[in-house]
Amino acid sequence: MPTIRVSADGDAALETRDVRVHYGAAEAIKGITMEIPKKRVVALIGPSGCGKSTLLRCFNRMNDLVPIAKVTGEVLFQGENLYADHVDPVEVRRRIGMVFQKPNPFPKSIYDNVAFGPRLYGRPADLDDIVERSLKQAALWDEVKDRLGHSALGLSGGQQQRLCIARALAVTPEVLLMDEPASALDPIATAKIEELIQQLVEHYTIVIVTHNMQQAARVSHYTAYLYLGELIEYDVTDTIFTAPNERHTEDYVTGRFG
Amino acid sequence: MSGKRRSLEAPPELVARRRRGKVFQALCLAATLVGVVTLVVLLADVLVDGVKWLSPTFFTEFPSRLPARAGIKSALYGTVWLMGLVALISFPIGVAAAVWLEEYAGKGWLRTAIQTNISNLAGVPSIVYGILGLAIFVRWMFALTGGRSVISGALTISLLVLPILIIAGQEAIRAVPNSIREASYGLGATKWQTVRHHVLPNAMPGILTGTILALSRAIGETAPLIMIGALTFIAFVPEGPRDQFTVLSIQVYNWVSRPQDDFRGLAAAAIIVLLALLLSMNALAIWLRNRYRKEW
Amino acid sequence: MSPADSVKASRHFDQELQELRELLLRMATRSEEQVRDALAAVKRRDAQAAQHSIERDREIDALELDIEERAINLLARRQPMATDLRTLVSTLKISNDLERVGDHAVNIAQCAKRLAEAVPLPNLSELDRMADVSTEMLRDAIAAFIDRDPDLARDVCRRDDQVDRYNDSVFRVMLAEMSRNSNAIVAALQMMLVARNLERIADLATNLGEDVIYIVEAKTVKHHADEIVSDMETEGEYDQ
Repeated sequence: MPTIRVSADGDAALETRDVRVHYGAAEAIKGITMEIPKKRVVALIGPSGCGKSTLLRCFNRMNDLVPIAKVTGEVLFQGENLYADHVDPVEVRRRIGMVFQKPNPFPKSIYDNVAFGPRLYGRPADLDDIVERSLKQAALWDEVKDRLGHSALGLSGGQQQRLCIARALAVTPEVLLMDEPASALDPIATAKIEELIQQLVEHYTIVIVTHNMQQAARVSHYTAYLYLGELIEYDVTDTIFTAPNERHTEDYVTGRFG
Repeated sequence: MSGKRRSLEAPPELVARRRRGKVFQALCLAATLVGVVTLVVLLADVLVDGVKWLSPTFFTEFPSRLPARAGIKSALYGTVWLMGLVALISFPIGVAAAVWLEEYAGKGWLRTAIQTNISNLAGVPSIVYGILGLAIFVRWMFALTGGRSVISGALTISLLVLPILIIAGQEAIRAVPNSIREASYGLGATKWQTVRHHVLPNAMPGILTGTILALSRAIGETAPLIMIGALTFIAFVPEGPRDQFTVLSIQVYNWVSRPQDDFRGLAAAAIIVLLALLLSMNALAIWLRNRYRKEW
Repeated sequence: MSPADSVKASRHFDQELQELRELLLRMATRSEEQVRDALAAVKRRDAQAAQHSIERDREIDALELDIEERAINLLARRQPMATDLRTLVSTLKISNDLERVGDHAVNIAQCAKRLAEAVPLPNLSELDRMADVSTEMLRDAIAAFIDRDPDLARDVCRRDDQVDRYNDSVFRVMLAEMSRNSNAIVAALQMMLVARNLERIADLATNLGEDVIYIVEAKTVKHHADEIVSDMETEGEYDQ
């Protein structure tokens, strides 16, 4: 099963080595080894329950929050194993940010939402600049610049999700993990998010979980197909969707099973 | 035309179901009315008896053997002192306990044991708390509390209402959506930062509601306070936590057991004051709750 | 969509793909018949049969329109991937090429009409063989499509050189005939035209073979199927 050789495409931002995740006795991720190239979009696709969200959450140690989850193997971020004893998960999550499926802005003002992350680390003097920069990067600044003090909950679904992206960007992560970021949004909001992803990838490495194959085909450079916790195929997106190597992958992308 | 049934009219079994529904609805209304009517009758009775005794002197005079000169000054001050101290003691402890149980405790046997005990304590008769208070706060901690003092009373009552506060606090914390916590952790916040900036503020309305419940229960407690030695006939007000005291509920009890009819009127007046205090406390808590809600 | 929905949808999609395939097959068979009938008309110099043949070209054009419309609809509605995508895109190309085969058959039939009044010619064995090879190529290409047989398709592509050689030699023979016998000029010219159209038909059969290889193996081939121009399976990584 071909694995992307990132030495041909720059450095790896993240690398997993035989990562396994157990929820109690059940094995949700069965030994996955893969590389995520820097400043590219990698899509994780597969039917429900294949483990793509679980794998994504290994990249920023969010699985730590689930008591019965046990992660073995290595996840290397710039050469350092995220699961080594000396590593603090809180610091990991600052460098590797996450955007969730259902937009979850805090019940605070728009400004306070974006400022929350930077404020965790002290009182930055240029907080206003940080907020503005992050909202601009998330393509939301023009729509909210006159009402930064208003409640975030007054925004539409698509705007809320972009706010969550701005919030994640405010702490200047290097990798952005997105768990089905557009699945709760209408088609126009979805298109805006997809366009945003294409802009953001110039500066950030992005890993996106999606159950929408056409979306994976539109936004990603590389696509990984997972099934029941295993990595079936991982290749350039064009190949996965025009001429996949594995029969399984072909059946999934052509909709023969799903 | 006569052979066709009109399609959207209610068929017979639907009519019967409707009628049964209406009967059920009427029964529910009747049950509600029983409670409401009883309450109204009681309130009316109290108002009729007591309102003529509500004069300025009623509030400024101490209790006396003569009804005309009797007042609730000591009881009122004592109640206010007691409620204030109970709030100050039980609120932080209750909230902290709720936070620990929900956010830090995990799911092991220890937590289950503690949780079960708290739930049971909520149902323990209040007189038992009185015995406990007597033994520990009045006698054993005499040096600290000064014996039969308002602080002993406050500590005893705090123990009584703590389970209510903790359980309500836990419910409120549990009701905070997990997505908020995940968002906070995802940004690199520690557990403490998440609790402080998101969980507690979001749970505060529910916690304050629990506090209302707790204090409403506390204001009417009589038996445990009698047990720990709140006096029934004092002519001074507490000046510090270690001073002796009495409360409105005890004063009412005291007056009601007097033979003269006038004292029953005084008791009714004292009940009115008690209810007024209760309503103001509730209003304060509701105002605080709304203030927290309005912020977002 | 739920798994049950997507299975139902894909069964319907499979049905639509199958219908499209059958239409394409019908078009291929018709085109092959047209070529055969036109060549027979040339041999017998039967103007009436030729005219009949020319009129039946309308059916092929109608089939192309129908196939094109269906294929485009499927692309829009089903967003096909992988093999389905390659099949649909190739279907459009194949139907286009088959329509042109039909047009070349019409050209041959028109030559037949003109030959009805012309003198007979002696040296037609090369042209006969050329007709055989070309029609065989077309038939085998269609068989390769039916059977999804890339090896047969490659074989068809390799025969293209043979047809080109026949084309050259027929040209020379007819030229010689024309210089010998000025009465034979009209007939000889028609034969040269027939040869030219046969050569084009052979090219189109080669195209059909290349399309079959693309559908089955995801490889784009040119020049007798020996040179692989691009291979979808091992496309390179992105440039920085």
